[in-house]
Amino acid sequence: MADIDPRTETADEQAPGSQTTGSQPADAQTADEQTDRETTGRSIWLDNVTKRYPGQKRPAVNGVTLEIPDGQVVMLVGPSGCGKTTTLKMINRLIEPTEGRIVLGGEDVTSIDGDELRRRIGYVIQAGGLFPHMTVAQNIALVPKMLRWDKARIAARVEELLDLVGLDPDVYRSRYPKELSGGQQQRVGVARALAADPPVLLMDEPFGAVDPITRQRLQDELIRIQHEVHKTMVIVTHDFDEAVKLGDWIVVFREGAQIVQYDTPERILAEPADEFVENFIGSGAALKQLGLRRVREVEAADAVVAKAGANAAEALRRAEAAGHDHVVVVDERGRPIAWPSRRALSRMTRLPAQLDPAMPLVGSGATLNDALDTMLVSSAGATLVTGRSGVFEGVVDVETIMDAISSAREAAAERSDDAPVGTNTGAVAAVPAASDEQRPANPGDAAVGPVSDD
Amino acid sequence: MTEATTASGTGTTTESVRGWRALGIQILVLLAILFGFGIWVANAPLSPTERNTLNLSTILELTGQHLALTIVATVIVLVIAIPLGILLTRGPFRKIAEPVLAIANFGQAAPAVGLIVLLFMLVPDGFRASIIALVLYAILPVLRNTMIGIRGVDQRLVEAGRGMGMTAASVLLRVELPLAVPVMLSGIRTALVLLVGTASLAAFVSGGGLGLLITTGVNLYLFSVLISGALLIAVLALIVDWVGRVVEHVARPKGL
Repeated sequence: MADIDPRTETADEQAPGSQTTGSQPADAQTADEQTDRETTGRSIWLDNVTKRYPGQKRPAVNGVTLEIPDGQVVMLVGPSGCGKTTTLKMINRLIEPTEGRIVLGGEDVTSIDGDELRRRIGYVIQAGGLFPHMTVAQNIALVPKMLRWDKARIAARVEELLDLVGLDPDVYRSRYPKELSGGQQQRVGVARALAADPPVLLMDEPFGAVDPITRQRLQDELIRIQHEVHKTMVIVTHDFDEAVKLGDWIVVFREGAQIVQYDTPERILAEPADEFVENFIGSGAALKQLGLRRVREVEAADAVVAKAGANAAEALRRAEAAGHDHVVVVDERGRPIAWPSRRALSRMTRLPAQLDPAMPLVGSGATLNDALDTMLVSSAGATLVTGRSGVFEGVVDVETIMDAISSAREAAAERSDDAPVGTNTGAVAAVPAASDEQRPANPGDAAVGPVSDD
Repeated sequence: MTEATTASGTGTTTESVRGWRALGIQILVLLAILFGFGIWVANAPLSPTERNTLNLSTILELTGQHLALTIVATVIVLVIAIPLGILLTRGPFRKIAEPVLAIANFGQAAPAVGLIVLLFMLVPDGFRASIIALVLYAILPVLRNTMIGIRGVDQRLVEAGRGMGMTAASVLLRVELPLAVPVMLSGIRTALVLLVGTASLAAFVSGGGLGLLITTGVNLYLFSVLISGALLIAVLALIVDWVGRVVEHVARPKGL
């Protein structure tokens, strides 16, 4: 394994992402993008980007103008062959655009050295794409080495990243990829992409090759990691549910990278731009919306609460007085143990002190989807909600969830003013007119400047 | 011998140990054959002419010539075939890969004896003529395995490398070639064994080597010399094969 670095250009010493380099484009970039509040990400601006392959009549990507806000997760979804991967690969210029401009954090990177650009952008592919002849640590150290970091800094960074992706550095540092499970390989792939702390992370179907359970876990991990690192992430997927789960924004493509809709998951679910998007969402859009909201975001109802082992008749009286059908029995720390109905109470003298495993119960961090599921399983048509360390917080019933759905639909219908730009400037005619009207802030011509009208 | 195996993981260690054991047995058998041959030569009722040919210094000298032919030809083959093989997997040259392989195939398909004799008429130096013929003969396996090895590297790994900002040269040196090493080495080993065998033909054009024992044996009806030559060439080929296997074993990238 030769330690050769055949790079000839000058070393890029500074950690990318910490400062804005290079020339500014003529368009006035909004100032707040450079002050980088808590995000370390940078915005991406694809300006009328087209990719034509020789010998093919129709361009693979046709005049895409796409704004990707800094620190946000943008999902590119669409059927296979729609050009979403090509669009992604043009951001780091693995595929060179035939026409158009790529602006990264205010810097036009269309014609800078491609390898140098790619060192500033994390890239994750399916199954991690780890090099089998290098250890986990060597894989992660690749980009920092190219950037000529010193050894101690690289070692510290490897440790930090393995911790971040939930792998014990002492155990995994010197393992080879084949000694890892698929999910672990994918984690290392993410760690490798984050190695030089790039402001932007591109992922191409990152969780396509792992089993559903691992995929779910990795998605949750990615959400957690993003909460820590605040990168700009662009993720290609064909799984709409994954897009809803991970994305702050979703771009729905159809053939030729025609942008059909670019919106928040809530809005796409509530107001699909056209039939194509509807079909792509699949059935159960309203149910999927439930997956977007957490129990803590809806108002939980009060309940009659009584201590375990207390007098049952007394609790029954209180429930009757409050007009409640059930009484929540809690232990001395306030954690619910049983949820007897008034009928059950009338048959007992003391409240139960033993945990009832059939009691419907969700944490406040659960999605409304989980809550509804729990309710449907129990006979009560409602579920108890617990907060930190399992303490009882309230009751959520089916009506509460119904209200939440309708209010979400209303709210989604209103949110449009801060939506980023996404159009096909080259081929507006090919886009169904209906979707044009629905798209927010859509000037629809080639002369759009980046984020001109926020 | 075993320290090379300890570095990799548990799964590979047992495999590796088994590999080393097989290699150990191979060389022991070969050494035993040589030993037996030595005892036979020392005790057999040989005529003075036979004695004259089958003494240690002559055998060593011929073996030296044989190895020189093999090694020089191999080095030239490697210098030509590996860069050519790499080149033929690079973008624009991929198209001409098939024609080049066809030419290399031609070199191998041509009968080696004919090739050597023909070249001797063009290059009246036995050693040089033999080298040229041997090189033509052995290019194919190395060239083909270099190309197969590199082509066999998962394209997604190449893309991953480019995607993280490695230059094309860096991806070649640090990803493609290391991963192609096992396939390339097995091609080189094949070429070496071919060369040891084919180098016997150099004796026809006074290029030296152990083939001389065979030609002498045939010309003078000395069966013991003829058989000794054949045996020594076979054992030499197997020893070279053994060295090749050892190198393959050691040079195989860990983690594969």
